[in-house]
Amino acid sequence: MKASALTVFLVMGISVLMVVLNLGTAASSPVHVSTFMVSLAGKYLSYAILALSVDLVWGFVGILTLGHAAFFALGGYAMGMYLMRQIGARGVYANPILPDFMVFLNYKELPWFWYGFNWFGFAMLMAVVVPAILAAVFGYLAFRSRVTGVYLSIITQALTYALLLAFFRNDMGFGGNNGLTDFKELLGFSLSAETTRCGLLVVTAIALSLLYLLARAVTRSRFGKVMIAVRDAESRTRFIGYRPEQYKLVVWVLSAVMAAIGGALYVPQVGIINPGEFAPANSIEAVIWVAVGGRGTLAGPILGAVLVNFGKTILTGALPEVWLFALGALFIVVTLFLPRGLLGLMPVREKGDPPLPADPPTPAESAAKEAVS
Amino acid sequence: MGARPGAQPLDPRRGRLPPSSLLKGVGVLVALFMMCVSARAEPDLSQFASTSFSQIQQGVGSLAASGDPRAGDILAALQAGRLLVGTDKQIYIKTDTGTVSAATGQPTEAPGARPLRVNNNVRVAVDTALGIVRLLSTDPAQRAAAAEAVFHSRDTSAIAVLDKAIAQETVPGIKRTMQEARAASLLGTDGSSDADRLASIAILSNRGDMESRSFMSSIPNPSPPVAAAAGKAIDSIDLWQKVWTVVQGAFYGVSLGSVLLLAAAGLAITFGVMGVINMAHGEMVMLGAYTTFVVQEAIRNYAPGLFGASLFIAVPMAFLVSGVVGVAIERCLIRFLYGRPLETLLATWGLSLVLQQAVRSIFGADNRNVGSPAWMSGAEQVGGVLITNNRLAIIIFAVLVLAALMAVLRYTSLGLRMRAVTQNRRMAAAMGIRTPWVDAMTFGLGSGIAGMAGVALSQIDNVSPNLGQGYIIDSFMVVVFGGVGNLWGTALGALVLGVVNKFLEPIAGAVLGKIVVLVLLIAFIQRRPRGMFPLKGRAVEA
Amino acid sequence: MSSMSNGTLLYLDNVSVTFDGFRALNALSLVLTPGEMRAVIGPNGAGKTTMMDVITGKTRPNTGDVLFGGSTDLTRLDEPAIAGLGIGRKFQKPTVFEPHTVWDNLLLALAGDRGPRFTLFAKETAEERRKIESILETTRLTDQRNRRSGDLSHGQKQWLEIGMLLAQEPQLLLVDEPVAGMTDSETEQTAVLLREINKTRSVVVVEHDMGFVRALGVKVTVLHEGSVLSEGSIDHVSEDPRVVEVYLGR
Repeated sequence: MKASALTVFLVMGISVLMVVLNLGTAASSPVHVSTFMVSLAGKYLSYAILALSVDLVWGFVGILTLGHAAFFALGGYAMGMYLMRQIGARGVYANPILPDFMVFLNYKELPWFWYGFNWFGFAMLMAVVVPAILAAVFGYLAFRSRVTGVYLSIITQALTYALLLAFFRNDMGFGGNNGLTDFKELLGFSLSAETTRCGLLVVTAIALSLLYLLARAVTRSRFGKVMIAVRDAESRTRFIGYRPEQYKLVVWVLSAVMAAIGGALYVPQVGIINPGEFAPANSIEAVIWVAVGGRGTLAGPILGAVLVNFGKTILTGALPEVWLFALGALFIVVTLFLPRGLLGLMPVREKGDPPLPADPPTPAESAAKEAVS
Repeated sequence: MGARPGAQPLDPRRGRLPPSSLLKGVGVLVALFMMCVSARAEPDLSQFASTSFSQIQQGVGSLAASGDPRAGDILAALQAGRLLVGTDKQIYIKTDTGTVSAATGQPTEAPGARPLRVNNNVRVAVDTALGIVRLLSTDPAQRAAAAEAVFHSRDTSAIAVLDKAIAQETVPGIKRTMQEARAASLLGTDGSSDADRLASIAILSNRGDMESRSFMSSIPNPSPPVAAAAGKAIDSIDLWQKVWTVVQGAFYGVSLGSVLLLAAAGLAITFGVMGVINMAHGEMVMLGAYTTFVVQEAIRNYAPGLFGASLFIAVPMAFLVSGVVGVAIERCLIRFLYGRPLETLLATWGLSLVLQQAVRSIFGADNRNVGSPAWMSGAEQVGGVLITNNRLAIIIFAVLVLAALMAVLRYTSLGLRMRAVTQNRRMAAAMGIRTPWVDAMTFGLGSGIAGMAGVALSQIDNVSPNLGQGYIIDSFMVVVFGGVGNLWGTALGALVLGVVNKFLEPIAGAVLGKIVVLVLLIAFIQRRPRGMFPLKGRAVEA
Repeated sequence: MSSMSNGTLLYLDNVSVTFDGFRALNALSLVLTPGEMRAVIGPNGAGKTTMMDVITGKTRPNTGDVLFGGSTDLTRLDEPAIAGLGIGRKFQKPTVFEPHTVWDNLLLALAGDRGPRFTLFAKETAEERRKIESILETTRLTDQRNRRSGDLSHGQKQWLEIGMLLAQEPQLLLVDEPVAGMTDSETEQTAVLLREINKTRSVVVVEHDMGFVRALGVKVTVLHEGSVLSEGSIDHVSEDPRVVEVYLGR
C-alpha cells in the first residue's frame, strides 16, 4: 500500500471505527467509545489540519511560522459567529438578533460585520476568505521585502499577539475575554447530540484527508519542486528566474486557508472560541507537533498533532504539573536529537515525494565543529 | 494633596480627627499655651454659651478670624466633643484628667458642665475654622497644609488671618501658597476692588493649575479690565497645561522606554551580538524578579534593618543567578545549535516552558509580593509634571545598565574578545581566543543583564511565573527595530517605542495603542528588515 | 550614451559600488559585444564578484550605467527579471538545489514560464525531456540523472551548474571560477565546453587559473581595486608591468 493511501486509510478508518463503536454499542460494552472520546478525536484531527498547514510552509518553503494559530482562530471565530446567530432567542436574554454578550454589553444593534453570519454558506466563506486576505496582505508585504528567517518568525508571532490583544477588547464585538460559547445547534443538528458529534468527527476526518491529498498534489508538482528549491536555496532560485516571493505567497495563503478550515471544524466540537486561541504559545505548540511527527513529510504532522495532544490530554488530567515540563522537554529533545521527527526515522516514502530538509548536524557533530573553529 | 504626618486630613463626614493624634495635638497645644498664657488677652467665648446653633457658628467664625492662640485648642476640643458649657455660661475643655478653662487653659473645676451641642453647620464651620487657625501654627507642615486647604475652599473669612499669617511667615514656599490662597479668596469675594483682583489674577496665573483656572473663570461680577486679565491668564494656563501634558506624556514614554530597554538590553547581546534567538530570555528576567523576592524574604527574616538596601543587594544577586543559568543554557543546549536559528528558537522556547513550570512548582502560581523600599515610593511635582520616584529610579537604572554594558564591551578584555569572536570567529580562534569560553561568557552577560532587568520590573509588574512572557515579543521588537547588533539602536528603539506607545494611549486607549504600535512595527520591519540602524558591509550581504 | 552602447551586449560605464566606505567597484567600465567571450582576472578584492552582483541585480551600484542589449537598464531590475532577460550566472561556490536530483535541477532551470500558476499544473513534456537528455550528454552527467545532486562530486556539481546555465538558454553567461577545485583533465574539458557554448552565446568568465585562461584564448580584462587595470590578449596583459606588479608577481 502506498504511504499516502495508508495515511488516508488510517485517518478515515479510525474515525469511522470510533463512530461505529460509539453509536453501535451499548455504553456498558467494553468496546464502547464515549461521545467525549469522539469529540476529543475530532479536536485532535482539527489540530492535525493546523499542523498540516504549518508543515506546508515550514517543511516545504522554510517559513517557520509562529502565528498560524491566528488563522486557525479566525476560522474558528467565523464558525462561532454562525453558531451564535443560530442560538437566536434561546439565549439567556432571549434577544432574537443580538447574541447574549452584546445584550450584556449594551449593544443596541448588530455590528455590520456580523451581518450575514446567520447563513451557513456565507459564514463558511468568510471563515476562509478573511484569513486568506489577512495572509495575503501580510505575506505580500513580508515576502516582497524579503523578510526571512527568525525575523519573519518574530513578526508572525507579533501578528497573532496583536490579534490576541484586539480580540480581548470588548468593543471589538467578538465577545471579548469570554469569546463565543453556549452554542446550540449547527445546520439544525443539536450540538449536544451524539450523532452530531459523530458526524463532526467524520466531516473533520474527510476534510483532513482531502487537505492532505491536496497538499500532497501541490508538493509533488513542479510547483512543489520550486518550493523545495526556495526552502533550501532561495537566492539561487532568483538567479534562474523564479520569484520566491510569489511561491511563498501562494503557499502561505493556501496554508492559512487550511488552518482556518481546521479552526472552523474545531469550534463546534469544543463548544467555545475565545481570544486565548490567538496566544503565541498555541502557534508554537503547533510547530512542535510538526517537528515531532516529521517536518517535510505530510503524514508526520498528522501523527505528531494526534500524539502530542493525546499525551497532553493524559498528562494534564493525571499530572498537570508535569505537562509543561514534558512539553518543554519535547521541544528540546526533538530539536537536538530527533531533527527529522518520527516519520523521518522511518523512510515510508513514495517515488516522487519531495525531498526532506537537509539533515542538520547532530549535537556531537556541531560540538566537534565548534571545537575546531 | 498628599497626606503628610501632622496634617491629618479633616474628613467632614466624620468631623473628627483620629483620637490618638487628637490627644497628641491637644497636648502640644496645651503645653504651648502654658508658656505664653499670661501675656495674652483672653478670647471672647460668650457666643459659645448660646443655645442657638447659628450663634455658636458665628462664634466659631469670629474665634478663628481673631487669630487668638487659644483658638486652635478650643476648636479642636469642639470638634472632638470635649468642649463643655457650664451652668455659669463659662466654657471648659474636658481633658483626660479633668477640665480646664477654655479661655485660659488653666485647670479648673467645671460644676455641672455638659458638652456643647452642635449640628452639621457648626461642624462644617469648625472644620473650616480649624483650617484657618492652623495657618498660624508653629508647625510649618501644618501651615503649608492649611494654606493649601484655604486655597481650595476660597474661604473669605480667612483673608484677615491670611494677612496676619503672610506677615509673619518666613518659609518662602508656604508664604507663596498663602498669597495664592489669599488671592483665590479675594477673587471669589463679590465686591473686592479691581486692583486687588488684578493682583490676585497675576498671582493665580503664576500658579497656573486647573483650579486657579476655574477660580479665574468664575469671578463674581468682573469689571471689563478684570475679565480681560482673567481671560488672558486663562489662555496662558491652557497653553501651559498643554505643554505639561506633553511633558508628562514624554516622561511616561521615557519611563516605558527604559523598561523596554532594560528588558531588551540583554537580548541585544544574546540576539544582537551573538545571533542567538533565545526565547527563554523573558524567563531570565523572571528569574531576576524572583531573586529579588528571595533576597527580600531573607532580609525580612534575618536583617529587617537592611530592607531599604534590598534592591542594591538584589541587583548583583540577580545578575549572578540569571548569568549562571545563562551560561548553563549555553553550554548544555545552545552551543549545539549555532547556525540553526530556527531550531534554537524552538529549543529555547521549550526551555522557557520548563523554567516557568519549575518556578511555578517552587514558588507557586500566584503573584509574589516584592516590596518597594521607602525611597522608591512617593512622587515629586516638577512644574505641572508628576514624577514618581520608582519610575525615575528605573530610568536612572536603565541608563546605568546601558552605560555599564557599553563600558564592558568597549574597555574590558572580555568585551574585546567578544567583538573579535563576533566579527571573525576563525581568526579569533587562530589568535588563541577560546571561542567556546567567550560564547558562554557573552551569553551569561546577556542573561545576567536580563536578570538585573528583572529586579527593576519586580517594582512595577506582578512577579509571577509568566512575568517574562509579557516582555519577550516587545524585547525582540525593540532589538530588531533598533537594528540588530547596535546597542545605541536598541536604546533609541526602546525610547521611540515607549514614547510612541504613551502618546498613542490617550488617543486610542491602552490596548488599541499597543496593537497600533505592533502593527506599525510589523510594517516597519517589512519595509526595513534590518532596523533603523542596519549594519552595512559585505559580511551582511552574505 | 545610447549611441555608445549600440551594438553592445553588455555595457558597464563608470560603475561604482561602496560598502561602508569601502569602494568595491571604482568607476568600472566594460563593454562586451554579442558573441564575445571575455576572461576577467584580478587579485582577491579586485571587485570581480561585485561586478557579477551588479550585472545580475543582487547589488545596486551607487553610480554608473549598466545596460544590456544596448538599451535595457539593468540597475532598475531585480534578479528574476534579469535572469528572464537571458543572463545566467554560475556561482563561485557551486550552488545547485542539493536535495533535488540532477534531473530535477535541470528541469527547474529549463527556459520557460516561471510563474506559480504554470508550475502548479505543468507536466513534463517530451520536448523538455529531450532538452534535458541533451544537456546531460553535454555535461557528461547522463549516468547521474537520478542521483541527489548534493551527493555529486565537486567537479560534477560545477558541471551540473553549467548544465543548468545551458538549460536557461541565456544570451549571456556569467561564470565565476568554473574550474576551482577541478582536476587537470576536468579543467581541460571545461575549457572545451565553454568554447563550445561560446559558439552560440556570449560568456564572461572570472578565473584565477592562468593556464585555463590561456586555454580559452580570448580577450582578458584585469581588474584591480574596483577598476580596469589592463585589457587585451593574454600575452598583452601578462607583459603589462602594472599587471605583473599587482597580480602575477615578478
